[in-house]
Amino acid sequence: MNGPELLQQSVGHLKSRMGKFFPGERTVFRGHDLHVELKDMDWIELYIFGITGRHFSPEQLRLMHAIWTHTSYPDARIWNNRVAALAGTTRSTGTLGTSAALAVSEASIYGGGILVRAIDFFIRTRKRLEIGGNLIDCIHEELNAHRGIAGYGRPLVNGDERIQPMLALAKSLELDQGPYMQLAFSIEETLLAGRWRMKMNYAALVSALGADIGLTPREFHLFMFPVFLAGMQPCFIEAAEHPEGTLFPLACADILYQGAHKRRWQAAIEMPPPIPMWNLSQATNPPNAVHHSEAEHGYHPQHPLSPVPGQTDQPGRAHP
Amino acid sequence: MSDDTKTETVLTRIWLEEPEPNNPFATRAAYCHGYDVYGEMLGQARWVEMLYLLMRGERPTTAQANLLEMLAVAIANPGPRDPAIHAAMCGAVGGSPAASCLMAALGVGAGHLSGSREVFLAMEAWSQCATDLDAWQRHLTTPPVATASIWPTPEHPSGFDPHGMSTASTVKQTLSCLAKISPGPLLPWLQKNLSALETFTGLPLAMSGVAAAVFTELGFTPAQGEMLHLLLRLPGAAAHALEQSQSGHKKFPFFSIELENDPAQKAMP
Repeated sequence: MNGPELLQQSVGHLKSRMGKFFPGERTVFRGHDLHVELKDMDWIELYIFGITGRHFSPEQLRLMHAIWTHTSYPDARIWNNRVAALAGTTRSTGTLGTSAALAVSEASIYGGGILVRAIDFFIRTRKRLEIGGNLIDCIHEELNAHRGIAGYGRPLVNGDERIQPMLALAKSLELDQGPYMQLAFSIEETLLAGRWRMKMNYAALVSALGADIGLTPREFHLFMFPVFLAGMQPCFIEAAEHPEGTLFPLACADILYQGAHKRRWQAAIEMPPPIPMWNLSQATNPPNAVHHSEAEHGYHPQHPLSPVPGQTDQPGRAHP
Repeated sequence: MSDDTKTETVLTRIWLEEPEPNNPFATRAAYCHGYDVYGEMLGQARWVEMLYLLMRGERPTTAQANLLEMLAVAIANPGPRDPAIHAAMCGAVGGSPAASCLMAALGVGAGHLSGSREVFLAMEAWSQCATDLDAWQRHLTTPPVATASIWPTPEHPSGFDPHGMSTASTVKQTLSCLAKISPGPLLPWLQKNLSALETFTGLPLAMSGVAAAVFTELGFTPAQGEMLHLLLRLPGAAAHALEQSQSGHKKFPFFSIELENDPAQKAMP
């Protein structure tokens, strides 16, 4: 069945295995009575049950809590947090600011985008190895396809402050020896031994831990959605408590203009238009385009989930 | 990380602001790609000219501005059946802030079913295939490669209606009007080859496909087209949200759910 018949079949109602609320009576959550069977779940336990429909051990839940807490940084300079803070300084609402900040966290050089790529690479690579594939080949192919490996890359002199606490916790919970964790370290060893010299960062670590507790890329993506949330509210609150408009104000002189010279706006142009270019590379890279080479590595130094060095996204600006 | 004492600056090729002599944070004059916005453009420039100028860095010809304006009218309101508009109304009936209603419309209207992701991918296809029918056939008959991404793998060819039986009249009317004033080769080519493209996909062209062709014809990049599609569909979301906020939730559909795993049913003998 397809076309309008498929739509007609669904008009007005939904067949669901996820849930329903019966006003004044009860609520069913994935086949369980929320207020009877699930009433003692803590929030993260219910959250991951909602995503997966599966139950997790206390140790796994403890690890999931830590994955969130270890990267909640109340630093208003960080881009996604700054969105929440800007909402505070403009006297918007906390929910609007935080919602926007969370949406922004689904980025390609940190956060959601890089996490999905990292866990997907682990799962694909492990499948390849299980059928006799070679790790070096997998790494080469990934590097060729993306110019980097999501979750890897950082100068050896710079550590990721989240790695050791998270590893220590995983070890104490006996969750540090899963096959994906072992694979993550094997990849790191290979990258360090080769000419790439890239270390594992937090994105790779938590992606491997997520895969080891059985999360699919989509489940992991959704699980990680609020991963920065606890750091955002303080940014909003502080900005809201300061005088309005005082968060990172920019003077006119702080906007460095590099565009066309001043010119007159005259009568409408009637000349035939230029023929657009069909070349994809030109179409996607106009002169003022932001280049995303870092996106392929999952890096930006100003974000805690982007620990690989690279070029700045901002044309003409030195790397901070 | 940035040095705490360093003056932070924003680099831009779009906007120049000159300060008032008594306040470095107040604007005496602002220039968009070199044009004096408040001194010359106001009263002379059309909204679509400003849009085009912002995105492309040059003002459009009259023909280009007319084309963009016609598309803007065509996609301003996809109507209350559209999921993005539906989302905005969901915000409004509960009394949510205006911004949340538009955020809802943006979030839902960002996807690959009639949304901006679909426009982005369709524009990439236009950039690759242009007016080469063989290239289009190869593109439209090749299944998408699943890649690790926050975006789901497309389930239908971008720019086509997965639930359509034939090209909707509104889509045909829009394409016809746009093709008549089109300054470039794409829209007339699309109109002429529509039947062939629809045969390749087995699906009718959707409004998102028309929008993608227009944005490409106007020289926008896929990323610019994606942004414009999000932006230009907001007026309908705003209007329907405001209307439903006045009507109230009791007049708004709530639908029914058939629960397939009700524990109360399981408990029954």
